[in-house]
Amino acid sequence: MSDVEFSATRRLILQGAGAVALIGLGNLPFGLTPALAAANDKYPEEAFKQKSDADAIKTLYGKTAEPSDKVKLDAPEIAENGAVVPISVSTTLADVTSIAFLVSENPNVLIAKYNIPAGTLPNVANRIKMAKTSNVTVLVEAGGKLFSASKEVKVTVGGCGG
Amino acid sequence: MASTIRVRATSSGETTEVQALIQHPMDSGFVKNAKGETIPPHFIQQLTFEHDGKNVFIADWGGGISKDPYVKFTFKGGKKGDELKISWVDNKGATDTTTAKIQ
Repeated sequence: MSDVEFSATRRLILQGAGAVALIGLGNLPFGLTPALAAANDKYPEEAFKQKSDADAIKTLYGKTAEPSDKVKLDAPEIAENGAVVPISVSTTLADVTSIAFLVSENPNVLIAKYNIPAGTLPNVANRIKMAKTSNVTVLVEAGGKLFSASKEVKVTVGGCGG
Repeated sequence: MASTIRVRATSSGETTEVQALIQHPMDSGFVKNAKGETIPPHFIQQLTFEHDGKNVFIADWGGGISKDPYVKFTFKGGKKGDELKISWVDNKGATDTTTAKIQ
C-alpha cells in the first residue's frame, strides 16, 4: 500500500469516526466524554495536514464552532514580519478544555492546539508564522462546545507597506 | 549539551505564570533554501509541562509555529521552589527535557 493510499484511508476512517462521535454525542450527551478526554492528549496528526479551516475544525473536533464575543483574540493589525507574529487569546468562558489557532491562508491551516487541564487558565500567548495576509481564527472548546473569534492580519512582505 | 529549553515560571501565590522559549528550527516543509530545494519538515509536535505529577499544559504544534518557539500560559497553584518538568518531542523523534524551579 502506498503512502498516499494509506493516508487517504486513514482520513476516511478518521472522518467516519468523527461522524459516529457526533451522532453518539447527539444521543448521549455524557456517554462519550471519558473516551474523548482520553483521546485529547494524543497528537492530532491528521488535523495538522488539513488545508481549510472547515476541514481542520472537523478533523480536530468533529463539530462546528460558533463565534463568541467572550473569546478575545489579540493579534496585530499589520505584521511586518510574517515569520514571527505574536498572537494571544483569553476568554471568560468556563470549563475550557482546549484552545486552537488557525491561519486560513497558510499551506496547513492548523497552527497549534493547546490542551487546557482543569486548573489551568484559558489564556495562551504564542508566536506563529503567516505566509501572507490572512484571517486568523482561534477556537475555544468549553463545556463540550466550540467557540471562535477571528481577525484579519495583514502581512507586509519586505516592509513595503502592502 | 545545554538544554534547548528556557523557562521562567513565576508564582503570584495563587497562580503561576510560565513562559518558555525553545531553540528549534521549526521548519514547516514549505520553505525552499537558496538552491531552490525544499527544506524538509522539522518541527516540535508536542510540548508538555508537568507540575506535581500532573500535566498542567500540553501544546500540540504544527510547522506554523515560529522558529525558536515561545509560549506563555498560567495555571492555578504552584509555590516558589516547586519544580516544573518540561519536555518536547519533534517530528523526527528527537526529544529534550528540563526542569525549572518556580520563582
